Amino acid sequence: MVVDEVVDADVDAMFRALADSTRRDIVTRVMNDGISVSRLASSYDMSFAAVQKHVAVLQAAGLVSKHRSGREQIVRGDMASIHRIQDLLSHFEDVWRKRALRIGDVLNDDKRENR
Amino acid sequence: MNVTTRTDVEALTLTTTAELSATLERSWQLVSDPRQLERWWGPPEWPATFVTYEFEVGGRAHYFMQGPDGEKMHGWWRFTSIVEPREVAIEDGFADEHGEPAGDLGVTTARLMFEPIDSGTRLTILSGFESAEQLEEMQKMGMEEGMRLALSQIQAILDGIAAKPR
Repeated sequence: MVVDEVVDADVDAMFRALADSTRRDIVTRVMNDGISVSRLASSYDMSFAAVQKHVAVLQAAGLVSKHRSGREQIVRGDMASIHRIQDLLSHFEDVWRKRALRIGDVLNDDKRENR
Repeated sequence: MNVTTRTDVEALTLTTTAELSATLERSWQLVSDPRQLERWWGPPEWPATFVTYEFEVGGRAHYFMQGPDGEKMHGWWRFTSIVEPREVAIEDGFADEHGEPAGDLGVTTARLMFEPIDSGTRLTILSGFESAEQLEEMQKMGMEEGMRLALSQIQAILDGIAAKPR
């Protein structure tokens, strides 16, 4: 399975990489389509070098890949990694959602008993 | 019942909100009475039993969840805040069979807040993790349990929807 390729140690790097709003924004934008570093740089109020640094952090965390196309460097989201993160958090979302639903059941039983 | 969840990747927190059709006082019993708590803390196939329950700030609780093959998973709580009938905050960790903290998975936190609304009570649960590794390890432990549960939970959710007051 693809997700198994993401080893434990990487997960922490992913979360740290995502703990920055610009980097989260970059990941969101390159999720569906590759975007060149220069085009990304033009949409942020920061230097080309700064944007390149953010991309490098994301790349090291395995969240994006970068490849050359002519004179451009194209950044693309790594969907397997992104899904892994979503998967982790959604598992716990699910645990608590089900607890909340069971609380609803407990309260509904009150009503049945009172009938 | 209306349940919403929100995740914050940066802060490693989950926020769950549920609107309960019960008074604040009734809702508070869901956490102050361990017999009530047992009915919702563990999934149907891994029901929770609270062995001890010192419901006071600094107090500890020892519980276990028992799986379909009789295996037990022990846990401990420490109450870090109790503001009746508004808020309970706990630390939750894995324990040995005597309820003493065990293993190296660390501690997760949960803060349950109750507030009165027109239709009853709003329950907001803020749960937090220490690190992404902890999240990963805990997910692995819960995975098998989750797979076994999927089908029965779907039914429970459907029943919950059917039982919802219209």
